[in-house]
Amino acid sequence: MMEDLNRLSLSEARDALRRRDTTAEAITRACLEAIDAAGALNAFVHKTPELAVARARAADARLATGDAPDMCGLPVGIKDLFCTRGVASQAGSRILEGFVPEYESTVSQKLADDGAVMLGKLNMDEFAMGSSNETSVYGNAVNPWRRGNDETALTPGGSSGGSAAAVAADLCLAATGTDTGGSIRQPAAFTGTVGIKPTYGRCSRWGIVAFASSLDQAGPMTKTVRDAAIMLRAMSGHDPKDSTSAQLPVPDFEAALTGDIRGKTIGIPREYRMDGMPDEIEALWTRGREMMQDAGARIVDISLPHTKYALPAYYVIAPAEASSNLARYDGVRYGHRAALAQGDGITEMYEKTRAEGFGPEVQRRVMIGTYVLSAGFYDAYYNRARKVRTLIKRDFETVFAEGVDAILTPATPSAAFGLGEMADADPVRMYLNDVFTVTVNLAGLPGIAVPAGLDRQGLPLGLQLIGRPWEEGALLNAAFAVERAAGFVAKPAKWW
Amino acid sequence: MDVRMSIDASTAARVAKLARIRVEEAALPALADEFNTILGFIEQLGEVDIDGVEPMVSVTPQRLRMRADEVSDGAQADKVLSNAPDAREGFFAVPKVVE
Repeated sequence: MMEDLNRLSLSEARDALRRRDTTAEAITRACLEAIDAAGALNAFVHKTPELAVARARAADARLATGDAPDMCGLPVGIKDLFCTRGVASQAGSRILEGFVPEYESTVSQKLADDGAVMLGKLNMDEFAMGSSNETSVYGNAVNPWRRGNDETALTPGGSSGGSAAAVAADLCLAATGTDTGGSIRQPAAFTGTVGIKPTYGRCSRWGIVAFASSLDQAGPMTKTVRDAAIMLRAMSGHDPKDSTSAQLPVPDFEAALTGDIRGKTIGIPREYRMDGMPDEIEALWTRGREMMQDAGARIVDISLPHTKYALPAYYVIAPAEASSNLARYDGVRYGHRAALAQGDGITEMYEKTRAEGFGPEVQRRVMIGTYVLSAGFYDAYYNRARKVRTLIKRDFETVFAEGVDAILTPATPSAAFGLGEMADADPVRMYLNDVFTVTVNLAGLPGIAVPAGLDRQGLPLGLQLIGRPWEEGALLNAAFAVERAAGFVAKPAKWW
Repeated sequence: MDVRMSIDASTAARVAKLARIRVEEAALPALADEFNTILGFIEQLGEVDIDGVEPMVSVTPQRLRMRADEVSDGAQADKVLSNAPDAREGFFAVPKVVE
């Protein structure tokens, strides 16, 4: 009998199932046990053990027929942002307390159709607005990694903090995440896991609670690059229910993983060398550059001149879209409705419901969005930000046209920080977490975070690779080369 | 971009009203301060030369596809209403809207 089945990667489990070394039910039960023992991480916030076992048994039956997709029988966690039929889907918010969808998001449906086993729903920042999982109605998710013997609780990053913590702690084989400004890649970097945000339009957004529709993309969070390739393929594809989903064939991303990057041109953008960047991030970036050079890639210095303006543009565009998307939470059709006083009318109902249902960060962003869209400011803020976005995308188009195949950057400006450490900081300091990732969303490009080393305190650090649109296969292959060269195998010591 | 006016408590109150979020009077000055911090950060966009640049509409060049104008879904009022805080006789129920 195989042991520690919850520690398997997707590819290991897939292959073991085909060798009949184990069963989907056994792997699923190992994960369910690991989840029950990991309450301290607060990663799974709605557990679905009965559903999981039923799906695992169905998967075993399908596997026995000898013709099953890669994801068949593999237990995964689903971010709470995905609507799942008959299972609570709250987007980490009080305003969706008690909401049980009558429908299934396209991405989670695709995974289910392939036979993947949902273990439950994962913690996240409220409406995916946050970089530390501290804005969640469920409370903080906790990073399984610690600074050596220091017991300080660290953030797993955000907004897909529960997904990252669950994958890093082997509570599931992989998880779904979503990424609007870095919400897959920053938590992956903070937890020593792999996270890819595909090209905008690769995965359907249908049934995923909307934050900023022109930026939101779903993607897998996994233990290895190979797993990211396997799971991304299962999540991708055209969906008539999302008008922005691309009508393009989905390649076999795993087949692209040769590890051969000889002759590829890797760009190093000088604008990502930030003032005050920690030495260890700088050193990691240099090592990444050397690893890719040693693997036969050509390294070139490039310029993305509008990088500095990406975060400010993002903090106009994302709140503007959020203020519009979140207008639907009005206490009428679903979720929370405030108790009303005698004589309260519909306006009081809206105002009280939204004040009670939205946490402080969500309220702040909805109001900023309302402000930048309001009469007199629309041109000065919103239209200006959309023009700057055009320039940011043009920066990338220029370097790709000059022959750059992929761009290498740090994934985050620091390792995981302590929960509560940013409590007194102004909101902008928290926003700086996404400084290396947010450009990718604004330009609609694919980006991947790969674990590449540990800092002095023993915390994982990640590198980011940015690819050409629709070329996730080549991007994953470049990441695969970095993964192999870095040889990152560290796991958090179990304390939970 | 010459909109650099600092937000005061009364502007914060107006924004909260537009966003339909109740904010207590006492919380308005702190909210205004937070807005000013964020808007101060956003002001950097004023440095960028945007002459002749089109505002981005769609990040991936694509034309929205049209589908046949046919009913493809519906007739599931029970499911639509199943999550409503207050539903009666096949309708969403809300406080009185018209005086």
